[in-house]
Amino acid sequence: MDNSATTVSAGKFLLEVVTPDHRLLSQEVDYVSAPGSEGDFGVLPGHCHFLTTLRIGELQYRVGEQTEFMSVLWGFAEVTPTKVTILAEIAEKAEDINVDRAEEAVQKAEEQLKRGGLPSEVEEARVSLEKARLRKKIADRHRQKGGARLS
Amino acid sequence: MASLQSLRRKIASVKNTQKITKAMKMVAAAKLKRAQSRILSARPYAHQLREVMSNLSQRVNRASHPLLSRRDGNALELLVVTSDRGLCGAFNTNILRRAVEFLEEQRGQGKQVSVSVVGRKSIDFFKRRDWPIRQEWPGVFDRLSFEHALDIGQNVVSQYHSGTFDHLYVVYNEFKSAMQQEVIVEKLLPIESLHVSEEGEKPSMGGGYLYEPDEGELLETLLPKHFEIQTYRVLLESAAAEQAARMTAMDGATRNAGELIKKVTLFYNKTRQAAITKELMDIVGGSEAIK
Repeated sequence: MDNSATTVSAGKFLLEVVTPDHRLLSQEVDYVSAPGSEGDFGVLPGHCHFLTTLRIGELQYRVGEQTEFMSVLWGFAEVTPTKVTILAEIAEKAEDINVDRAEEAVQKAEEQLKRGGLPSEVEEARVSLEKARLRKKIADRHRQKGGARLS
Repeated sequence: MASLQSLRRKIASVKNTQKITKAMKMVAAAKLKRAQSRILSARPYAHQLREVMSNLSQRVNRASHPLLSRRDGNALELLVVTSDRGLCGAFNTNILRRAVEFLEEQRGQGKQVSVSVVGRKSIDFFKRRDWPIRQEWPGVFDRLSFEHALDIGQNVVSQYHSGTFDHLYVVYNEFKSAMQQEVIVEKLLPIESLHVSEEGEKPSMGGGYLYEPDEGELLETLLPKHFEIQTYRVLLESAAAEQAARMTAMDGATRNAGELIKKVTLFYNKTRQAAITKELMDIVGGSEAIK
């Protein structure tokens, strides 16, 4: 479990993404943008201390020329000059997203919304639609980047 | 001298016991594997959250949230986490010994103590003694999930809010490795800041810290979350440690049974040979007499 590097190379900072189930990412990056509950924010090295809650949205991070995408659903982010910690309830790397399942979920949620129903059901459908759309968007971006999985 | 038949019976009985302990060891090993991967994957989140919390608690005004503010009251509660089942070596004994030690020490300092217990073993233990049990949760470990942590966490927090106790400690077994567990006593409430984390530089105290949304709202969501996650981690630690302890204990039992079988079998064979020799001698002696 020995993880986070104690020394960070110049011009970079450490990005850690953890969910209650596992550690998704621990990597040195150049830039991160994350969906704060009051608006997206971008982080470069040496950012001031910052703590925020997250909403459903897209996490982007750049290593060198490579930009990666990830979905995060709720949680917290803590930013320090040398480290960004994302504590998400759910997070998925773009390459791990199952596009078919996401599309299916979009359809299902849209139908439920059209059908209407109890307020709680509608709310649930709205949230799952948002989640599914986000997944789909991120997966599409990943594909466009040419990183689609061969299998 | 034991008769041959009773020796045979003894061997058969030990062999049966060995079969059971062996099976239990295998089951524990399989369960351990699952429990271990659960705790190992839950730890990073819990630790990161704790780090965020302790950074935060150094900055904010402690009085701004009830879970942070220290109270002067002297009512203390200890949450004891043991297993539901036995046959896991010194697992429960260690915890209960430490728990009683701690409670007596605190009582000696004039604190008013009560216990909340998770796991049938500690429920039985404290029922037989005169420590006041406030709440008990049996059977949590059969199918451990986050819901259990929520249940326990919410109960304890609401009791804390209503002032039933002013300090909450937990005693549990931490899972170190398959061979090793460590009894840990930890303060859960009020949430204390930890030592300054080694990683990274020491954050500048009081330096500008931005919050979004504002500090109060953030604490309102972060603190209960933190508490639930820590409770969940404690339960997972204990579950993994229990299986590890059981596996070790049953491995030892299987080995001991093997040794016993070897010893008794040797004795059985010696006895049998002695009987044969005696018979032979009787026959030879008899035929000599006829001549």
